[in-house]
Amino acid sequence: MLIKQPSDIPSSEITPESIYVSRRSIIAGLTASALLPSANASAAAVPSAGTLADVEKSPLSTDEAPNSWDDVTGYNNFYEFGTGKTDPARNAGTLQTRPWTVEISGEAERTGTFDLDDIVKPHTLEERIYRLRCVEAWSMVVPWVGIPLGAILAQFKPNSRAKYVAFETLYDPEQMPGQRQRVLPWPYREGLTIAEAMHPLTIMAVGVYGKVLPNQNGAPMRLVVPWKYGFKSIKSIVGIRFSETQPSTSWNDAAPREYGFYANVNPKVSHPRWSQARERRIGGSLFASKQPTQMFNGYADQVASLYDGLDLARNF
Amino acid sequence: MQRWSTLERVRRIGKPLVFTAGLLPLAWAVLAAFGIAGNLGANPIERLMDHFGNWSLYLLMGALAVTPVRKLSGLVWIGQFRRMIGLFAAFYVTLHLAVYAVLDQGLALQPIIEDVFERPFITLGFIAWCILLALSLTSFMAIRRRMGKRWQQLHYGVYAVGVLAVWHFWWQVKKDVTEPLLFAVLLAALLGLRLYWARAPRIKRRAAQATPPNALSQ
Repeated sequence: MLIKQPSDIPSSEITPESIYVSRRSIIAGLTASALLPSANASAAAVPSAGTLADVEKSPLSTDEAPNSWDDVTGYNNFYEFGTGKTDPARNAGTLQTRPWTVEISGEAERTGTFDLDDIVKPHTLEERIYRLRCVEAWSMVVPWVGIPLGAILAQFKPNSRAKYVAFETLYDPEQMPGQRQRVLPWPYREGLTIAEAMHPLTIMAVGVYGKVLPNQNGAPMRLVVPWKYGFKSIKSIVGIRFSETQPSTSWNDAAPREYGFYANVNPKVSHPRWSQARERRIGGSLFASKQPTQMFNGYADQVASLYDGLDLARNF
Repeated sequence: MQRWSTLERVRRIGKPLVFTAGLLPLAWAVLAAFGIAGNLGANPIERLMDHFGNWSLYLLMGALAVTPVRKLSGLVWIGQFRRMIGLFAAFYVTLHLAVYAVLDQGLALQPIIEDVFERPFITLGFIAWCILLALSLTSFMAIRRRMGKRWQQLHYGVYAVGVLAVWHFWWQVKKDVTEPLLFAVLLAALLGLRLYWARAPRIKRRAAQATPPNALSQ
């Protein structure tokens, strides 16, 4: 396979000056203490397994207790590996997450095919403990490790026509056996408005629980948009396109009456077949009761202003 | 040892065996709930609801299969198990409903009423359960005798239960309808056979009417 390799990106073009300057001082300090053979610390690849180093805590994390590792990595919706909740953990071993490239296209200055390392490396990893609300009325608390999506997108310099960002999952029925059945129109596609994509809560996750993301959770790189239903947070991303028009998205294509483009968590707007007023928190006992679902999954203070003047019942 | 008639074998061996087998899905659920044999996973309430729901569908299809299997195989004694299998289907669908109402909804009346009236798949399931309950309550021999002809008319309602139950399952799944489709095909076969048999004698009769009676007797 021929991969168009863009010329090396000067870090000054990608990262805000304050950050790369501060990183240089760290690297300089490390080199001085002879921990690194050269000053080129960022040449180290993002690990494909194991623990992630230098993860910063974030003030945007919730203080709710996270779900267990077993719940987070054993109860998943990832139809590319089967429609049962335990199917992804069982079947996702066939996914090859290295080498991994992402095609950047559309309304941006820098487009082309980029290696995962080039996208992730320039940034500081943050732990973001977020609530996750599935459209099926269950929820979890997940300690993601990731990078603000806005910082990633900025390195490609989207132009003024970039009103939306479209994402695409890998399509390869050999690696993703669930794609042999046309349960959904493959490859899985999702999208955000540019304002949603640049919002500080929106992250590109590469890890969970301080470790590299397991395949069933969308390795090597997945979106996390905590105020939207889980299906918006597309997994195993191979394509990012800046678009002037609203992109089509998989669940919306499959059942437009049931799954909207926005898919903001909203207890007042029921799914046509079930209520969204309450949710079942995974990890509770047989006798735990459901809890009320919060507007925008509890992130209303930060995100409600994105939707000023928008009829949320119509634009569900 | 004395020789038992077929009917006695059904009564003394067959029925206790089927009864015990019918309790196995419940036994698994209880053991799994206590983490003894397996476990109920990350979402135990959903798992229990699916478990009881699936078993009520299996048993409902089983009850609907008794008559066709009896006719096709000629093993008349199989018919003796129809009521027990049907009652087990009603038993598991009641547990399915109980898990939903008690564990999932915490007996919160308003959300339950809203579900039953506003969520079509729950409406279908609820109607199916009501019919099945009526069939179970009238399944005693004494009542059956007292009801006479009306008993059979009421119990044809099991066909409606079959359709409602599969429909309920179909509308409940998010997208992957493989399993509900398998049930729909099976149900179509079971009901289709009945329709065919109901029409077949009429076709024969019509053929008979077309032929002079004395021609037949010769």
